[in-house]
Amino acid sequence: MDLEIIKTIPLEHYIYFSTALFCIGIIGVLMRRNALIMFMCVELMLNATNLLLTAFSAYNGDASGQVFVFFIMVVAAAEVAVGLAIVVMIYRNSRSTDIGLLSKLKW
Amino acid sequence: MTALELTIALIPTLPLLGFLINGLGFKTVPKVLVGPIGVGVVLASFALALSAFSQFSAGGNQPINVLLFEWFSVGDFSLRFSFLIDQLSLLMLMVVTGIGSLIHLYSIGYMSHDEGYGKFFAYLNLFMFSMLLLVMGSNYLIMFIGWEGVGLCSYLLIGFWNKNHDYNDAAKKAFIMNRIGDLGFLIGIFIMLGQFGSLEYVEVFDKLVTGNFAVGDATVTAITLCLFVGAMGKSAQVPLYTWLPDAMAGPTPVSALIHAATMVTAGIYMVVRSNVLFVLAPTTLEIVGYVGVITALMAATIGIFQNDIKKVLAYSTVSQLGYMFLALGVGAFTSGMFHVITHAFFKALLFLGAGSVIHAMSNEQDIRNMGGLRSNLKVTYLTFLIACIAISGIPPFAGFFSKDEILLHVFAHSKFLYVLAVLGSAMTAFYMFRLLFLTFNGSFRGTQYQKEHLHESPLVMTLPLIVLAVLSMVGGFMGLPPVFSSTNWLVSFMEPLFDNAKLANAAMFSHPHPSHTMELVLMGVSVTVALVSAFVAFSMYGKGKNVPADDKSYSGAVKVVYNKYYVDELYDSIFVKPMMALSSICYSFIDNKVLDAIVEGVGQITRGTSERLRMLQTGNTSYYLLAMVIGIIVVVAMNLM
Repeated sequence: MDLEIIKTIPLEHYIYFSTALFCIGIIGVLMRRNALIMFMCVELMLNATNLLLTAFSAYNGDASGQVFVFFIMVVAAAEVAVGLAIVVMIYRNSRSTDIGLLSKLKW
Repeated sequence: MTALELTIALIPTLPLLGFLINGLGFKTVPKVLVGPIGVGVVLASFALALSAFSQFSAGGNQPINVLLFEWFSVGDFSLRFSFLIDQLSLLMLMVVTGIGSLIHLYSIGYMSHDEGYGKFFAYLNLFMFSMLLLVMGSNYLIMFIGWEGVGLCSYLLIGFWNKNHDYNDAAKKAFIMNRIGDLGFLIGIFIMLGQFGSLEYVEVFDKLVTGNFAVGDATVTAITLCLFVGAMGKSAQVPLYTWLPDAMAGPTPVSALIHAATMVTAGIYMVVRSNVLFVLAPTTLEIVGYVGVITALMAATIGIFQNDIKKVLAYSTVSQLGYMFLALGVGAFTSGMFHVITHAFFKALLFLGAGSVIHAMSNEQDIRNMGGLRSNLKVTYLTFLIACIAISGIPPFAGFFSKDEILLHVFAHSKFLYVLAVLGSAMTAFYMFRLLFLTFNGSFRGTQYQKEHLHESPLVMTLPLIVLAVLSMVGGFMGLPPVFSSTNWLVSFMEPLFDNAKLANAAMFSHPHPSHTMELVLMGVSVTVALVSAFVAFSMYGKGKNVPADDKSYSGAVKVVYNKYYVDELYDSIFVKPMMALSSICYSFIDNKVLDAIVEGVGQITRGTSERLRMLQTGNTSYYLLAMVIGIIVVVAMNLM
């Protein structure tokens, strides 16, 4: 990969962009009630982090940040697999993916 | 451990073993074995005590100290669990184990129909163990352990028939009154430890002699007063005597063993043991003497009007204990001890005789319903008669010698006390013969049912009576007065016990001995008084006349005495009622209102807070997520700061 392409955009921009992306993810998780959309928002947060890691790694000339990104991707993939399975089970039980229905976890 | 040491160590261990077998195996040890085990261990102890005695004499009367183990040590103070065998402990050992075996034997017959047969023997053996610790211990702490142990056994045995509420109250009364005395004893021990740094008899007495304590030293007086409070509780002296008459709620063998012959004399043993301390505190001795004489007189007057066979004997015991303390008070330690021994003989005999009567009368104890038992209970009657003669001080039976020796010493000390003591002795003879005549003379006044069931007790019960009767007859010869014999065995035997006391306060022992003529005159006085009293009793009650009327017919002074001077009522209103009132205030206000409010308040606050906090847990996932995000933000913010 040509690191110079990444460096054509200033580092601040990456930071602002990642932060915006991460906040959108958080707000999405907090506001939306559909389990699938919440999942996507979680992915959004992960990707915001990945982007930031890549940017820093490029600017620092250190590959370990990018290695870390791969790990995050693997973990995210595993997490999505498990999470989607849960969502499917929820859907089978309640015929809905609305997170508001899952309010049994209380006193 | 030499053979002699083993013998001594086994003396208290055997009854403990008997207690463990009968106590732990209660209801599993077969009934035929319970009695033989219970009696056997005590009898074996008696045999060992005799053997220890003969070896002691063979060894030239040197005190023997047997160290079992070092119990604990704190700083420079270390406590040895050891036994001291000297003249005093041997005398007590023989009385305790000897009379103890007879009474154990008697119990086989007396308690045979009781469902708590095994339990009874277990308690009796435990009592023997504690009593032996008390008399054998070589320091005050071991004595105190035994002291508490006998108190516990007394409590257990008074309340032996624990389904009866009154009996339980009597047991509690005995225990609580003894606790008051025990506290005094304990304080005395603490002061002693502070002063001498040791509780071993030998060390304490050595320090007293070498420490140049002045006669009347304040610390020694304080120690002796505290010890005497203990003795007052255990030996039922005014003002702590009221528990003893109530203690008659226990089975009769218990009354004979614990509340007449052995435990109640522990106070006298303790004072004699501490004679070095007491001779250095003449004030205390004066108090001891007066308490003794007051007790003797007060109990004797109450005894005259009692109608319960055991109550008469109980007050008689209190009165005789008063005599013993009177003897100690005038410094006649040997005479006090002599009276302990002879009293053990005839008082045990009287109680066992009373038990035999009660047994024959189907548990009747009121002498107004007896009478004429002479023909049916020949052995009991004869032995009871012997005991009455002995306790009244008519020669040549045991009581005469010991009581006369006390009176002689009292006369040498103070004429006033002597007159009071003779007065008490007259009353003793009167109430004992009144009891004898009302019970055995005249005609039968009980129910038809009781009349048909009258029977002499079996041999296991009459044998102890006969043995004790013989002892009551000849027991006095161990201490013949100087007018009859130049050697008084008991006095010369106990002489070495007072060596230290003589070094500490020689003046105490330098009383001139009354002349032989004086001695004979005094003897004549006391014998005449006793005979006249007995005769008065005979003319009043001998023919079955003058049977005391119903309780309600008394009036005036007689009523006051009949009701025991209302001392129980007095204590009730001075101590018990205010204490109850205080307790009820503590219960209804402090406990119910204050303490409960605090305890429940803590619970309520926790509960109320949780009740509100649990609302936070809504079950809504978004809400949890929000909480999580806020949490992370807070953590990050805190880290940044």
